[in-house]
Amino acid sequence: MTQLATTASVPAYVLRLADDALILAQRLGEWSAHAPELEEDVALTNIALDLLGHARMLLSYAGELLGGRTEDDLAFLRDEREFVNCQLVERPNGDFAATVARQLFFAAYQCELYAALGESADATLAAIADRAVKEVSYHRDHAVQWTLRLGDGTPESHRRMQAGVDGLWPYTSELFESDDLLLALVAAGVAVDPVALRPAWSGFLGPVLAEATLTVPETTWAPSGGRRGLHTEDFGLLLAEMQHLHRSHPGASW
Amino acid sequence: MTPADSDGDPTAEGGHDAVPATGVETGAGAGKRRSWPLYEVFVRGRRGLNHVHVGSLHAADAEMALHNARDLYTRRNEGVSIWVVLADDITASSPAEKDPFFAPAGDKVYRHPTFYVIPEEVPHL
Repeated sequence: MTQLATTASVPAYVLRLADDALILAQRLGEWSAHAPELEEDVALTNIALDLLGHARMLLSYAGELLGGRTEDDLAFLRDEREFVNCQLVERPNGDFAATVARQLFFAAYQCELYAALGESADATLAAIADRAVKEVSYHRDHAVQWTLRLGDGTPESHRRMQAGVDGLWPYTSELFESDDLLLALVAAGVAVDPVALRPAWSGFLGPVLAEATLTVPETTWAPSGGRRGLHTEDFGLLLAEMQHLHRSHPGASW
Repeated sequence: MTPADSDGDPTAEGGHDAVPATGVETGAGAGKRRSWPLYEVFVRGRRGLNHVHVGSLHAADAEMALHNARDLYTRRNEGVSIWVVLADDITASSPAEKDPFFAPAGDKVYRHPTFYVIPEEVPHL
């Protein structure tokens, strides 16, 4: 691959990873002071802070590659169509079970992704992935514990957990889509081929869902487009809340 | 609060038969809402030291209590090992019996290892 191709495509890839982490952190942060129990409040916001940490490293790196843009520029001064996160992470929290389902699907994906990305030819990405994989494997474990308890709990908790799985399952297909940018970066050894992650992801989730007495919905609907800046209706509200302070008071700090 | 006061069967909660049905603090002040049992948390700071009581927390069951303890009490690298124990499973001495329990030991100096010179190189004493 030529140097020219690298300079154009690596930051675009890094932004996808960064936006996934940033937007999910923002969503999980909404649970702050609203979780069912104080202990769970701390757990969810801890996970949010882990993800925010990953997002900051990735955004800083993307900003550096793009030439002199800061993590704040990228987080707070891009508009909706410039964000390239997958739609799964921007889905509203719903009830606690829906949040657990989203965490389960996404953390299981991130575990496989970061484990593979640790081998990336891009040394910075590999280092960030190496550090993040320990944290996301804890996120996955947290989601598994709750999936088992809610799925195999009371009739009401089972109903809600199944509803969470049913509602979010269609959005998981986007995680494993490839495109020209990914194909080029996979060939260069920089990016991870998402198609190759799917068997391990399914292999992990299958037994968990079965033990939790949950079923995978049969659906062919597979919403997509986040990587091209197409987002769901709720995403604009999330961005408004996340960005308004920085945009109203540029340069504000604690 | 007895199980009869609560709405429904408490043994059905949580799954995996992990939530004790009786003898669990149910948060009587919280109205009809059942609360999770209380666990006491012990953390070992590093190898060679004992587990030390650091506080308590509520959790749906013991496994979740371990997770919550990790989030609440080892955020700043405090531990290498965590124990959680159902608070109800701890039998404690009563503060009212402090004198008969502990005072007799006070004047028995021969029980204290004060007649030895401890070398400075020996840690953790």
